[in-house]
Amino acid sequence: MKLLQNLFDGIKPNFEKGGKWEKFHTLYEGHRTIAFAPDLITKSKGAQIKDATDLKRVMITVVIAMIPALLFGILNIGHQHFLATGAEGTFLDKAIFGALSVLPILIVSYAVGLATEFTFCVIRNHPISEGYLVTGMLIALVMPPFIPLWQVALATIFAVVIGKEVFGGTGMNILNVAMTARAFLYFAYPAQISGDQVWTYLGEKTAVDGFSGATALGVAYNSSVEGTPVVEALSTHNAALGADFSFMSMFMGWIPGSIGETSTLMALIGAVILVATGVASWKIIVGGFGGAYAMGLVMNAFAVNEYMAMPAQYHLVMGGLAFGVIFMATDPVSAAQTELGKWIYGILIGVLTVIIRVTNPAYPEGIMLAVLFMNVVAPLIDHYVVKANKTRRLQRATV
Amino acid sequence: MSKIVKLKKGFDLKLVGKAPMELIQVTAANTFAIKPTDFPGIQRPKVLVNEGDTVKAGTPILLDKAMDQVIYAAPVSGEVVEIKRGEKRKLLEIKILADSSVTYENAGALDLGQDRASLAGKLAASGVWPAIIQRPFGIVANPADSPKAIFVSGFDTHPLAPEVSFLLQGEERYFQAGIDALAKLTPGKVHVNVDGGKQVPAIFSGIKNAQVNQFSGPHPAGNVGTQIHHLDPINKGDIVWTVSPQGVVQIGKFVLEGIYDASKIIALTGSEMNQKGYVKTYTGANVATFLGGVAQPETLRIISGNVLTGEKIEKDGYLGFYHNQVTVIPEGKYEEFLGWLKPSASKLSFHKAIGMFSFLKSGEFKVDTNTHGEERPFVVSGVFEKVMPMDILPTYLFKAIVTEDFDEMEELGLYEVIEEDVALCEFVDPSKNELQELVRHGIELLMYN
Repeated sequence: MKLLQNLFDGIKPNFEKGGKWEKFHTLYEGHRTIAFAPDLITKSKGAQIKDATDLKRVMITVVIAMIPALLFGILNIGHQHFLATGAEGTFLDKAIFGALSVLPILIVSYAVGLATEFTFCVIRNHPISEGYLVTGMLIALVMPPFIPLWQVALATIFAVVIGKEVFGGTGMNILNVAMTARAFLYFAYPAQISGDQVWTYLGEKTAVDGFSGATALGVAYNSSVEGTPVVEALSTHNAALGADFSFMSMFMGWIPGSIGETSTLMALIGAVILVATGVASWKIIVGGFGGAYAMGLVMNAFAVNEYMAMPAQYHLVMGGLAFGVIFMATDPVSAAQTELGKWIYGILIGVLTVIIRVTNPAYPEGIMLAVLFMNVVAPLIDHYVVKANKTRRLQRATV
Repeated sequence: MSKIVKLKKGFDLKLVGKAPMELIQVTAANTFAIKPTDFPGIQRPKVLVNEGDTVKAGTPILLDKAMDQVIYAAPVSGEVVEIKRGEKRKLLEIKILADSSVTYENAGALDLGQDRASLAGKLAASGVWPAIIQRPFGIVANPADSPKAIFVSGFDTHPLAPEVSFLLQGEERYFQAGIDALAKLTPGKVHVNVDGGKQVPAIFSGIKNAQVNQFSGPHPAGNVGTQIHHLDPINKGDIVWTVSPQGVVQIGKFVLEGIYDASKIIALTGSEMNQKGYVKTYTGANVATFLGGVAQPETLRIISGNVLTGEKIEKDGYLGFYHNQVTVIPEGKYEEFLGWLKPSASKLSFHKAIGMFSFLKSGEFKVDTNTHGEERPFVVSGVFEKVMPMDILPTYLFKAIVTEDFDEMEELGLYEVIEEDVALCEFVDPSKNELQELVRHGIELLMYN
């Protein structure tokens, strides 16, 4: 490692004050601190020792928690392709097919996002923050598998600049950055991110007879329009191909959808990692699932159409609810920050998701808008929780 | 009515280098210093002696022109050898070369029957007064104030902190006299708070004129700020006082014998401290002789106080006025390849993020001064709230100070905290912000505006 240290030391003078690349000092520091934890020591006053955990480790924990969803997503994309074309595919075929679709998106997301971040860090002379490690992965995982790469790049730039940097960078943003990217695409290029055609890649081939590329949410909505029970429609969907939308297959994730969002199981594995490591708030996650389930029950009680009558637990495994609640809603920067506020915030995300799904035909997936809306409302929730604390402090009796 | 308070939030830092419970013999320190910088409330310090003057223990050597009834006295008798000033003639240290045996100014035993004002005046002129700290703000108390209660924390939960009962051995009589004097200074109660998880030491169990409360839980259960919050919290306009147990003993000695006896037992701790144990010395002692045989002091951090709230001093520096502990740990000036990613069970961490397995280890940790990461903007992970056993929202309080919002600072509880109360937040913060400095900045905004 001495070699690498020497290499860094060798180029260091260029980045110091007066050096020819002085402006890019923050990039030098950023890369050096990734290779080596810095040799900084505590100040002479105050805490003389510091916790061994830094923000980099916190962020990488989130990235690791998303890896099950990523790997499953890669496999599932291959699986969906072979299913749709009726061709035989081994595990390896599917994995390779999926990887060829996902990795370019991932690379574009990271490369474009980091380039945007670096530009702002250099302009503002900020240290490079670790937040994008997580955002880059999140953006890739909420994309449809065959989205044009230029759209990924555009959405990433929009999200980083408008979602984050205009507010002052990491830690200052109001909206979840990755959700901003997805919302941008949703409203700017709806054709490439919604409907029945974008989730499965057919290429030159034609779909086998009886194949439909609709997502579970789409099927549920259509069945409601037609007046057939949703569970029946889901279980007969593509049933001839052995790929129905039973509760179990939706829980496992062998269904079409965005890259990382289909598998509830993989999201839950991520949730276990996030909660066990203390990185994400379990209150938001439990609140999100609980809110969605409770709202599902309320819908059942007042059901006037088949979608409303769908068993509430189906909401938990359809679409991106699990992924959104676990990885998006828990973003500590844009979520509620008080402990009571986290409960309210989580529960309302679940409730809103179900309301949007069931009552608004224009947006089959509710979690995206629910998270963004609650991001906006989170400071208001916190305001009242903080106000309650102030009042309590004013009123407390003395012994 | 004594209270029993059980706290859950907090974190005990278990470090290598605890002092065994025994007095050890080291070469006695021969120079002592009073550092005005140890008293954050001093506004206009004035030195009352010149280099070359001889002083007795208890001779006034310093006062604050903003509160001139309180004097700061020489801890030992001897000769004033240096008045050290820094940039812009800022007063840094008044050094005294000690006589071989200490002689005292003697004011005669104090009659506790006199009225409150004259009692306070005599204590303020004696040298023992700076041991009394005012909350809010954590500054030396004003003798003219009448605090609603006085608090003494009878145990210390800081890392490697000395055992308070060991520091007070043989001082029972003085401790009681000190409590008696304090009880005269407040119309309210004197609270003595003890560790609820242990047998109450004899010195506290039989105490009169005070209410004994029990606190249990991890650090900061032993912080007097935590205790005040759960017993008689400070609201706007309230004043309470706090005194360390050793300060109470010093007050007691002045009451019974009329002298300012600044002798105290301190603990020598830390993984790199050669001779660990307790030594008897005086306030402001030069630490050089305590470090006997410590190799390569330049690679070490010598700390007056503990690792959370202490202050770095040189190898021939002086013990802080309020400190009763010297800690020596390695400096951490090294780069570590992929240090932010490498799994480890031997690095001390409150977090359980990927690769941090220290929560599985039950033993003691060796720590150094490396920050383990660069400073970053606040990312609100809820971790401050887990180490703050008060009904205070630390994140919001810090943000209020950063934005210098006076109303918010007051309403969110800045009157209730000083540096030591947020030291644990500073330690666990993955964004490595200087939160103790921030809190002092906020306090100064409130004090001087």
